[in-house]
Amino acid sequence: MTNETTFKLLVVDDSKLARMAVGKLLSANPGWARAEAANADEAVAAAQREPVHAAVLDFNMPGRDGLQLAAELRGMYPSMPLAIVSANHQVEIVNRALELGALFLSKPMTAEALRQFLDTAEARLGTAQA
Amino acid sequence: MSPSESPILTDLELDALTELVNIGAGRAATSLREMVGAQVILTVPRIALVSRAGAIEILGERENERLVAVHQVFQGEITGRALLIFPDTKSLELVRAVTGGELPLEDIVELEQEALAETGNVILNGCMATIANLLHRSLKISLPEIMRGEGFELFDLQPPPEGGDVVLFLFIDFAVRESDIRGYVAMLMDMPSLIALKALLVEFIERTTGVVERETDAHP
Repeated sequence: MTNETTFKLLVVDDSKLARMAVGKLLSANPGWARAEAANADEAVAAAQREPVHAAVLDFNMPGRDGLQLAAELRGMYPSMPLAIVSANHQVEIVNRALELGALFLSKPMTAEALRQFLDTAEARLGTAQA
Repeated sequence: MSPSESPILTDLELDALTELVNIGAGRAATSLREMVGAQVILTVPRIALVSRAGAIEILGERENERLVAVHQVFQGEITGRALLIFPDTKSLELVRAVTGGELPLEDIVELEQEALAETGNVILNGCMATIANLLHRSLKISLPEIMRGEGFELFDLQPPPEGGDVVLFLFIDFAVRESDIRGYVAMLMDMPSLIALKALLVEFIERTTGVVERETDAHP
């Protein structure tokens, strides 16, 4: 066990406040550092530029939405843990997230929901590295 | 100098308000989906804080026909009026989309008032109640009322308050089945309500991000 940051979470949301809110929740998880993007283009660029281990994607964004971005990231990184975040939990959106192998998290995100997502991600990443 | 022309809310406060509104719209879309049995697109791509005259001007520039509005009064720490506005010619299309498009025209016409009021109620309540909850305050919201007319008529509800008032203007995209209906939500508030809203946003930002906004130009 180490306190050093091992993993990086990419936080994609067009709202600066929402990114800051996830940042606050993430600070309770010492193994994780954060990268940020305000839209799908920035997110793809960030994922290509630096190693990103998991991503939380706002559904409702100008330009490509979170589900379109999830599909793109899924194509680039087939095993990356992904979560779609939205207050809009219509069955079509939740199902599409599941089809893409992404978790659906309600907005505003809670500390518990993020913790669970990161735990699952760590387990999956640990298995992949082993 | 009009108070509405000064930047009353900081960029981060406006961002927080946009986020609250979008969370509200997301929840409203989920409720509407239950009501209409088909996927509902409801997003708020842009918000603006304008004067009452500014709101009338925006509507005048963008819409050159009669408008229909669902109107509700909200009361609490923040008091004002909320209106869901769209072109009157879209009214029947909206009702048809919401009811599934299988009803004959005479039934749709008969149902129009009721369906408009109910749709407006879900959207306005979704936005207002979510904002109130996330700001840890409660709001009393009146029953919906339908209004028709030009932009200035919709906003001419009472003489403007002495201290002036502001309109939080939300541009919304609303689509159900093949219908794509552009509309607006306008929240009319007086100055004391806007100042109360600003204080609640500061608290909300601190609570959710841990960041305390510095009042660089505040009076001691």
